[in-house]
Amino acid sequence: MMNLSINTGSNTPIYKQITDQVRMAVAAGKLAVDDPLPSIRALAERLVVNPNTVARAYADLAREGLIESRSGRGVFVTRKRKMFTREEGWRRLEPLLDAVIGEAMVLDFTPPELREAFEKKLGQWKPRKGGSRNDE
Amino acid sequence: MNEQPVIQTRGLTKYFGARPAVYDLNLEVPRGCVLAFLGRNGSGKTTTIRMLLGLLEPTRGEGSILGHDIRALPPEARARIGYLTEEHQLYGWMSVQECGGFQSQFYPRWNEKIFRGVIGHFSLKPAARVKDLSRGERAGLCLGLMLAPEPELLILDDPAMGLDPVAHRSLVESMIYLTRRSDRTIFFSSHQLADVERVADYIAILDRSVLRACCSLETFRNSVRQVRLQFPGAPPPAPKIPGLLQAFRTEGELRLVCVHYNEAVERALRALAPAQMEQMPISLEEAFLSYLGERGEKSFILSETEVQP
Repeated sequence: MMNLSINTGSNTPIYKQITDQVRMAVAAGKLAVDDPLPSIRALAERLVVNPNTVARAYADLAREGLIESRSGRGVFVTRKRKMFTREEGWRRLEPLLDAVIGEAMVLDFTPPELREAFEKKLGQWKPRKGGSRNDE
Repeated sequence: MNEQPVIQTRGLTKYFGARPAVYDLNLEVPRGCVLAFLGRNGSGKTTTIRMLLGLLEPTRGEGSILGHDIRALPPEARARIGYLTEEHQLYGWMSVQECGGFQSQFYPRWNEKIFRGVIGHFSLKPAARVKDLSRGERAGLCLGLMLAPEPELLILDDPAMGLDPVAHRSLVESMIYLTRRSDRTIFFSSHQLADVERVADYIAILDRSVLRACCSLETFRNSVRQVRLQFPGAPPPAPKIPGLLQAFRTEGELRLVCVHYNEAVERALRALAPAQMEQMPISLEEAFLSYLGERGEKSFILSETEVQP
């Protein structure tokens, strides 16, 4: 079971904390295709948050094609679908890369150090099982 | 939630002498929502609640609750409303169980299972005397007494006040549990922004007797923005932009918190020619504090119907 937790008082709204964590868990292989997620009600009561907040997070994840609701059986991680074109993907990724590099420069990291850290991080991420990239 | 609001007021006003405690209040609470009623002490929250429940005569204006005029609330409507006050009124010599038995006589619909469930959740013994209960335990008992008649509208006046962390968590859990019935509306006043973030879908903010916001929590969070402008030298003074809540000037940086951020505002900020300009996320607490800043502006009123930037 995925270990979700939320913080109040954060700059990140609770629904976004949930979507971020589910996304990370899927990307890191902690959640595989067809793994179940808790029901909205169950997760709301576990995290002690309004069920509408969880519903909002699940709706966003479903829109991204990361999870789906199967009638009467619950919410599951879906087979990966390609949501964005390569171009659109780059457009979304680039500002994030800029932010990381900018911050690293401010903190006096050198490009080789950054490259090494990046490689190391990449090694920690398992590719998502059961994924396919061509059903767009 | 598109039906008639559970609570609706128009121009509701209450003067105590020459001083307005609540001024020209236009409030709408949709059915099934959890609304947090926020504002500093003395901003008029309790006065509003007392008017809504027909316990205090408004000076002018009107209001309805569950479709009934607040000036003539029939007992059958009253029985559908659960009200938790700041001061719990209980008889010290009664036991927890006796309190339940006593209260149940006033309600045709009384769910003993709910009563026992709530007092169990707060770890209360049925035989314990009220006078021996801690503050948190009394709060649990009051909550049980209020919930057993299965009210469709709950009005809680600062329910978290004075609770220890354990009792506090039990209260918040109970509120989440209460949303199981989707037609049930919860209206609670609070100073605990962490609770608001967890349980509320809607917020209403009273500031010095005036309603400054009544919208979904999400709309509020989207509407209050923080922008950071960096300058090579000393930053210019904060520009006069509509919706400016707060400005912080430090060396090389101007940080603004504003509401109703839009393209025109962005252009005005770009005209200051900052070396860099970026929007920064802001916590609910910071947003709220900026919103109730000392500027004394009353012109920013957020409501759900406004166009979002």
